[in-house]
Amino acid sequence: MLHTVNKSPFEKNSLQTCLRLAKEGNDILLIEDAVYAATKGTSVSEMVAQAATNFNLYVLGPDLLSRGVGQDELIAGCEVVDYAGFVRLATENDKVQSWL
Amino acid sequence: MGDPVVKKFMYINRHAPCGTIYAVEGLEVVLIGAAFEQEVCMAFVDDGVYQLKKNQDTAALEIKNYAPAYRALGDYDVHKLYVERESLEQRGLTEQDLMQLTYEDEDDDWKEKPSLKVVTRIELADLIAEQDVLLNF
Repeated sequence: MLHTVNKSPFEKNSLQTCLRLAKEGNDILLIEDAVYAATKGTSVSEMVAQAATNFNLYVLGPDLLSRGVGQDELIAGCEVVDYAGFVRLATENDKVQSWL
Repeated sequence: MGDPVVKKFMYINRHAPCGTIYAVEGLEVVLIGAAFEQEVCMAFVDDGVYQLKKNQDTAALEIKNYAPAYRALGDYDVHKLYVERESLEQRGLTEQDLMQLTYEDEDDDWKEKPSLKVVTRIELADLIAEQDVLLNF
């Protein structure tokens, strides 16, 4: 199962809820303002680094670029994907849950 | 006509740049409002600090990149941009992660000076308290 999250973790609890209700081994893709969750040194980095060990954590590359977030700023264990990767995740999983 | 009334305006920005339209709309209102010769400043709080992050490139999203427009603020005499330190720290950011925004000071031989000022929440609270008008985006 694929979970997508599109809200900043500093503004909404969508990511927290996703992490609470996703099953171990699920795919989680951070898009739009949720990509900030994947950056190092924030108040949620520890939670996200832990999540990267329980889930397959992905971040959408174009949303990083548009926000000026470099790959060197990302937490270890999260993989950057492009739009084709997003489509692949959506089609290879049996369903998609969007945490808005 | 008497002297025009000059009020202190603060635009408070609390949203990240791309996910919603708040940041763009706020910036446009500031640039429009600058024509009215009021005393204008901006505050960047919470996710609003992300608006000032360096190297924003929206080409892959195929949307207009508004980040360079922040550099125009100085030319519109908007050169008091306050960034809350606590919001930066919560996001693992420092002043070095932000765009270098400057203005030319007409009262000081047009010297180029920084527009951004990182302030503590206590300093920001004082700044908010001394405004006449607060506008939120």
